Amino acid sequence: MIYRLISQLGQSVRNWLEELGLAIRTLIAILLAGLGLWRRPRLVTTQIHFIGNYSLVIILVSGLFVGFVLAYQGYYTLNRYGSESALGLLVALSLARELGPVVTALLFAGRAGTSLTAEIGLMKAGEQLAAMEMMAVNPLQRVLAPRFIAGLIAMPILAALFTAMGVFGGYLVGVQLIGVDEGSFWSQMQGGVDLWEDIGNGIIKSIVFGFAATFIAIYQGYQAQPTPEGVSRATTRTVVLSSLMVLWLDFVLTALMFK
Amino acid sequence: MNYNVGLPKTPPAVTNLVEINNLHFSYGTRPILTDLTMQFPRNKVIAVMGGSGSGKTTILRLIGGLIAPNAGQISLLGETIAKANSDALYQQRRKMGMLFQHGALFTDLTVFENVAFPLREHTDLPESLLHDMVLLKLNAVGLRNAAQLKPSEISGGMARRVALARAIALDPQLIMYDEPFAGLDPISMGVTANLIRELNDALGSTAILVSHDVNESFAIADYVYFLSQGAIVAQGTPSEMLASEHPYVQQFVNAKPDGPVPFHYPGNTFAQDLGLGGKA
Repeated sequence: MIYRLISQLGQSVRNWLEELGLAIRTLIAILLAGLGLWRRPRLVTTQIHFIGNYSLVIILVSGLFVGFVLAYQGYYTLNRYGSESALGLLVALSLARELGPVVTALLFAGRAGTSLTAEIGLMKAGEQLAAMEMMAVNPLQRVLAPRFIAGLIAMPILAALFTAMGVFGGYLVGVQLIGVDEGSFWSQMQGGVDLWEDIGNGIIKSIVFGFAATFIAIYQGYQAQPTPEGVSRATTRTVVLSSLMVLWLDFVLTALMFK
Repeated sequence: MNYNVGLPKTPPAVTNLVEINNLHFSYGTRPILTDLTMQFPRNKVIAVMGGSGSGKTTILRLIGGLIAPNAGQISLLGETIAKANSDALYQQRRKMGMLFQHGALFTDLTVFENVAFPLREHTDLPESLLHDMVLLKLNAVGLRNAAQLKPSEISGGMARRVALARAIALDPQLIMYDEPFAGLDPISMGVTANLIRELNDALGSTAILVSHDVNESFAIADYVYFLSQGAIVAQGTPSEMLASEHPYVQQFVNAKPDGPVPFHYPGNTFAQDLGLGGKA
């Protein structure tokens, strides 16, 4: 009984290490394949357009609503201490340092990530990747690397748009609806938000999240079983793994950036 | 009694474009191909026939370097097929074209762009010349006027012909066809069979035709290999195969439900499953 448990545990660890090794090898291969893309920037720009389009509406709408809620909740707390004039600062810091990158990454994983996984998985199931191989075209370079680089570029842009919409949402509720002084709202924000400490760290987070979420999405698609169930499972795994990875990375990065 | 027409006879004595020697391949512990030796001479259409699961498609994937053999050797123009993801393998693949069973067209591209794909990837042709070349290829398969359609807007037979135009876009020396007749209506089947033969003669290429359609394959093939359970059981010209008395060839060519390939999946007898004590 004990031996069987130990054996099963060993097998699980071995499988996990094998999977990790394969993922790292694939990542290195994608990065190397991506080096050749400077000669064909159109492959990347097309994907930035697609990935951006996939997620733009949901990111903007979510950013607006998160801003609305932040303003209400922030006002509720700040008003207790007579500090409602700092509402703009609270909204901006919350979004730039934390909510912008994290929520954008979670939405990105759910929207663009699943699309990427399903698209690549179906290309595999339809033998399109094998056909590409047989045409002496490396699918890592032609399909995976452009999508990976595009995700890496699109993610900080989407996070910035989310944050901007959130601030606008906070302004609408805080200033226009609740009646916080407009001058205090913007001046506190301008004076309290540090370009590097707050916005810079937020950008670093969004790049790291973009790296993780996009790689998980394309890797799951590439390794999917070429069947409808296989693609379906891979798509689900993309959302679960990306979300957990983003939250874990957020904790690690916040701990490293915290002073 | 030796039913193998010509075994171990070799195909007509011309230079072989592809050679397979003592090949073994298995998925995990399940053997798929055992001690396989085949020759594919230049400018010929060679059919590889056999039932489902006999290892036909695996041979094409091995020649294309999509999978690697466990033992034995595959060579193209005298050079062993290179290892996966190597530059040498990509160079060898530029001499190959492959028609996949369901076409494997890129669904986000038009028919024109599908055929243009290998040309765009491997050549720096000016757009006007590329346009003319694509139209030539599409004209050869009779689909010049479907150039602007998407794969979702054409029939399965047309998709197969577009894939054929794409496979020959770079005028490969070797064209591999994986079940090109599967699921086609009789007209499309005849059109596809004629195209395979005519294109092969026009391009001077070598065709490996994996199929289980007897009539079409025998009509266009120069030589036939019969495969069963991963091994060659018979080989010869189509007329030799038609005259063969090998039980497997007989069953296959005449579509008999029972023979060396049993109707029932191996296992217990019906009586045993009913608990009547019958023996297998």
